[in-house]
Amino acid sequence: METTLVKSNFKSEEYFINMGPQHPATHGVLRLLLTIDGEIIKKVEPDLGYIHRSIEKMCERDSYQQIVHLTDRMDYLSSHINNEAVCLTVENALQLELPDRVKVIRTILSELTRIASHCLWWGVMGMDVGALTTYFYGFRDREMINDIFEETCGARLTMNYNIPGGLMFDIHPNFVQRTKDFIAHFKTKLPEYDTLLTGNVIFQKRTKGVGVLSKEDAISFGASGPVGRGSGYSCDVRKHHPYSAYDRVTFNEALKTEGDTFARYQVRIQEMWEAMSIIEQLIDNIPEGEHKVATNAVIKLPKGEYYQKVETARGELGVYIISIGTKNPYRLKFRSPGFSNLSLLNHIAVGGKIGDLVASMATLDLVIPDIDR
Amino acid sequence: MSYISDIYTGIKTLLTGMSVTGKYFLTSRKGAITQQYPDNRSTLKMFERFRGEVVMPHDENNEHQCTGCQKCELACPNGSIEIIWDRGIDEATGKKKKFIDKHIYHLGLCTMCGLCIEACPTDAIVWAQNFENSTYDRTQLTKVLNRPGSKVKAGVED
Repeated sequence: METTLVKSNFKSEEYFINMGPQHPATHGVLRLLLTIDGEIIKKVEPDLGYIHRSIEKMCERDSYQQIVHLTDRMDYLSSHINNEAVCLTVENALQLELPDRVKVIRTILSELTRIASHCLWWGVMGMDVGALTTYFYGFRDREMINDIFEETCGARLTMNYNIPGGLMFDIHPNFVQRTKDFIAHFKTKLPEYDTLLTGNVIFQKRTKGVGVLSKEDAISFGASGPVGRGSGYSCDVRKHHPYSAYDRVTFNEALKTEGDTFARYQVRIQEMWEAMSIIEQLIDNIPEGEHKVATNAVIKLPKGEYYQKVETARGELGVYIISIGTKNPYRLKFRSPGFSNLSLLNHIAVGGKIGDLVASMATLDLVIPDIDR
Repeated sequence: MSYISDIYTGIKTLLTGMSVTGKYFLTSRKGAITQQYPDNRSTLKMFERFRGEVVMPHDENNEHQCTGCQKCELACPNGSIEIIWDRGIDEATGKKKKFIDKHIYHLGLCTMCGLCIEACPTDAIVWAQNFENSTYDRTQLTKVLNRPGSKVKAGVED
């Protein structure tokens, strides 16, 4: 029997599909314009602006105390760290010397925020690749941290606990005990995360070798946080430019060189262990003292330009203030980690399948209000 | 051959993961973390610092501690607080004194940042812990915090 070439009318051609703005895997109102050929992705174009609230412009209207609560609404999963960034910028500009107590409490709360954010990320990451159970386990452990925040700060998500000059009020008497209870609890639960998801072959097949980002590309795209560190780019602000109490604790920077989705996953799991070790070093000896230093009721920064960067759960957040000596900033710019990390999505997703795009997007850990502001 | 071994390791790691979920399945009654809201309303207690809404406590003589200094109004980032004030004769000293007519609080605008309560010099406004604030009409979210006929407590100065 002879084999003949069948002439068919079907031909392959590229076409558009919309992913989002209401797609569950985009984790918010992010719209991706996908150019695909069959199931192979040719181009990814993020379309932003669905949740733009002009926070930077609103900052020009507000006083320096009032700016802090707006930053809760950017990267809402690391709102405490965002607050700290603005407060540090203002304090450095005023050359305020903070009490040790403030620095230590801020560091503990920042690391708790990081664990809470990574817990949520882990749950959602599992859900994106098809394991719904992880979602509930991640939220179960995050709930304990939320209770700590609710008892001390009064809110679960938008804390607004930092003010320029310290903390709004002192920590709750139960804070230390609750934090210790959480660490003891989480130390037994984090190995379960590995048993449930990390060791799973189906999960590893979905993530290993997917969305590979080289170190050079990570640097040139401005990747920071676990995305940069998954590619071997040592970019931890806590390590290289210590702020608050990070200079008095010892911790390892989680680094992986593979640069794929699984490496970024492992970096975040490792960061949760490191965050627990930082809290353990600080929680037993919180120095006594005042919880804030007195500032003027109307804060006026001296004329000039100020920049401060911190490490949020997603990467490097920079706050850049231009002051002309009035009670409002003349211009305030946030360098958000999510925006830079989103910019490399096209680079790592091209050539893969749609399922790979979802997996690599999950490890970029995008928070859309942080990107749009 | 690798196809079959892939299936084998896939099922094996799946069962490893299911040992975790199975443990929780069998002990689910003991370790339940969900709450049966709203059935547990009678026993549900919020943390004392929880930011539900801003209220102005009054004592048994219908007296509050607000002197009308407007510091909360200035501290508020988005105009949730409006104070309508007037001047009157203080009965004790006979001097002219500022007092509030209405302390208006727009709960619908409030972002629960807590700056007003930090700014208050006389602790006249505090957080309440109730969180069931939904209404059918948004005009009900505009509240007058001082009760009708109330006056400032004697001796409260800012």
